[in-house]
Amino acid sequence: MAREAVIVGVGDVLLESGKVVGGGSVLQVQARAAKAALDDARISMGDVDGLLVAGMWGVPGPGQLPTVTLGEYLGIHPRFADSTNIGGSAFEAHVAHAAMAIERGYCDVALIVYGSTQKSERSRTLGGRPSILTMQFENIWGIPQPVGGYALAAMRHMHEFGTTQEQLAEIAVATRKWASLNPAATKRDLITIEDVMRSLPVSDPLKLLDCCLVTDGAGAVVMTSAENAKAHGSRPIHVRGFGEAHTHWSIAAMPDLARHTAAAMSGKAAFEMAGIGHDAIDLVECYDSFTITVLMTLEALGFCKRGEGGAFVAGQRTAPGGAFPMNTNGGGLSYCHPGMYGIFLLVEAVRQLRGEAGERQVAGVKTALVHGTGGTLSSGSTVILANH
Amino acid sequence: MGAQMTDTEYTKPLPVIDPGSKPFWDAAREHRLLIPRCNACGKFHFYPREFCPHCYSGDLEWTEASGNGEIYSFTIARMPAGPVFAPDVPYVIAMVALDEGPRMLSNLVVTDVEAVRIGDRVAVHFDDVTADVTLPKFKVIAAL
Repeated sequence: MAREAVIVGVGDVLLESGKVVGGGSVLQVQARAAKAALDDARISMGDVDGLLVAGMWGVPGPGQLPTVTLGEYLGIHPRFADSTNIGGSAFEAHVAHAAMAIERGYCDVALIVYGSTQKSERSRTLGGRPSILTMQFENIWGIPQPVGGYALAAMRHMHEFGTTQEQLAEIAVATRKWASLNPAATKRDLITIEDVMRSLPVSDPLKLLDCCLVTDGAGAVVMTSAENAKAHGSRPIHVRGFGEAHTHWSIAAMPDLARHTAAAMSGKAAFEMAGIGHDAIDLVECYDSFTITVLMTLEALGFCKRGEGGAFVAGQRTAPGGAFPMNTNGGGLSYCHPGMYGIFLLVEAVRQLRGEAGERQVAGVKTALVHGTGGTLSSGSTVILANH
Repeated sequence: MGAQMTDTEYTKPLPVIDPGSKPFWDAAREHRLLIPRCNACGKFHFYPREFCPHCYSGDLEWTEASGNGEIYSFTIARMPAGPVFAPDVPYVIAMVALDEGPRMLSNLVVTDVEAVRIGDRVAVHFDDVTADVTLPKFKVIAAL
């Protein structure tokens, strides 16, 4: 048996009103998150020999080669690099890639990093993607990006299955309840289904409170071999299974607008590798760029049948105290969403598995499923983590 | 929407036409909807590729589509995709399932955005937005 790869450190930076406390460039905030994760792992920067980075910063320019630029900035010379960018799900894929690299001996300590200062820079808009190549057939119609693509999916899901806007709102309300328990969350005031229904219409049927926040943020994850973790005295979280897939970027090329095909593929692969069933999952951290993202992901991962996501999330099932704890840090909807959110799903899952989540700690978490979605329901990557 | 405008007035994004897409946009300027059909598997696809995305054959032929289809999904933009679209709010972005099979994203030219439904029959409506570029939009011809 080859070496086993484990997660040994997580880190992030504090936000105030969605902005990084103390400010900083996008390189500074990534360095701070990386240092926090390495301190958590009791491993020094100089031991990092694998670097995995995806981002939207510095393009065109130094961000075109993000691992190369960040490696230089951190003062390290990695012998394994991965800048796979499949959207906000990239970081779950990075865990999979780092696990394979560590198991095969391509690196000993892998550092996965993400950072964005989009809120401070006010760089986020609903338009502005260049109308070149595949986007010459999409961008010209004035589709608000990325919400418009998710809105098209939501409309189709409602048409095929009778899913309601109130059912989508259940997700936003439940996620806000978790955020109210997280001192680091950006939005902590409780909301009602009526608040969601009455919030600003953005792209029918999605309204402002169906949409994730726009914030800064930075996070990092450190992985190493189980034996190295033991040598450093750090507490390992085991990677039991993973899978990834992508199907399209242009929304018109999505195989079925009412089905998150990439998540179905990645979830199936992760469950098969882990060799466990859905009833073994104690906690789900599910990418929530929009409420519809969550609903379609839960169906695709097989937690409920196709078309039954609306009924599944009804009655605040995913809220604190509910039968299906999910997005316990407050998610992209209420904690933070700095453009690509997937790293924070991992950070929260690890904290829950270690029992470090404070007031929002879910009792008895042994196995957690983390699922990232990127692009416009384009990519899915699933990781199953366990503390035993 | 749908009014003809001159080059100087049209400020929204235009397609950056490349060799792979030029036949489509050239035909659109002549008010023809031209999409690739694969001679190996018989299926149409859109947007145009170098090889058939269904069977991977390179034996493709530009074929005039009927221009008819139905609304597979749509959204009403209540907030614009950037300031240039602000005067159009609310406007409809529709995903049209062409009768030939492929789906196309486009705009619906409608007077009442609230009346649009999935399943409505639509027909292509060419909008000459500049001297060089004509956008294939759609109009509802039969509500569901």
